[in-house]
Amino acid sequence: MYFLSTFLIGLLFGVGLILSGMTNPAKVIGFLDLSGHWDPSLALVMGGAILVAFPAFQLAKKRSKSLLGNEIQLPKKTTIDRKLTIGAVIFGIGWGLGGYCPGPAVTSLISGGMSPFIFTITMLIGLLIGRKYQ
Amino acid sequence: MSIDWNAFTPWSSLAGGLLIGLSAAALILLNGRIAGISGILGGLLQFRSLETGWRLAFITGLILAPLLYGSFTTLPSVINVGDLSTLAIAGLLVGFGTSLGNGCTSGHGVCGLSRLSLRSLIATLLFMGSGFLTVFLLRHVFS
Repeated sequence: MYFLSTFLIGLLFGVGLILSGMTNPAKVIGFLDLSGHWDPSLALVMGGAILVAFPAFQLAKKRSKSLLGNEIQLPKKTTIDRKLTIGAVIFGIGWGLGGYCPGPAVTSLISGGMSPFIFTITMLIGLLIGRKYQ
Repeated sequence: MSIDWNAFTPWSSLAGGLLIGLSAAALILLNGRIAGISGILGGLLQFRSLETGWRLAFITGLILAPLLYGSFTTLPSVINVGDLSTLAIAGLLVGFGTSLGNGCTSGHGVCGLSRLSLRSLIATLLFMGSGFLTVFLLRHVFS
């Protein structure tokens, strides 16, 4: 039940990414290109996602157990340190270079050709290297 | 700045966003876990047995999503940006950056902002800002 639910939730997440336009790198770059012909679509993706997720997380904060009986694990870190800020800046550079962030890259693996495949392989290497600095 | 009205897709982007939010809401309320894709992928690379199962199931769902989508309607056309060596560098930076900064667009941008985390707000402003700046430099300065 637990694995089936997370599989279906992953499927839903991926369908949302495809529908939203996030799996199209040219569209992502169109959003990030503020000074060109700006495509504001992706602001609506984040807005729409938060609209639904916000009440759910407020509820989750007040509970200790999930509906399937697991412990609710919310991040406990609150410190704003160099790892957070430098990491976020480096992520943004990579996002601007290729137009892919982690979710859309994985969702494009079987439909997007070589580009998301190469991106995902080096992203996994990057994740492994980054772990050493955490 | 001018708005590219031809490329603007308010309804499909909003609908996609609502589905992403629904997925994040379901994962935290049903399973008690955060839908942060870089965190889930990073966790899979740790081979920590207790959490590996649900992470693998979630990622399998993500990978298979185009098949489900494609069985209802045609997949939207996709244009990749940059050559393969640029994408290889981009992937390395995205992996390293999200690992160091503990999150990406989904973990910080959707889940973190939804639980009103200051850390996630700072991270989101920074990766958006550096994304804007990177594209500005590539498109309008070094092009």
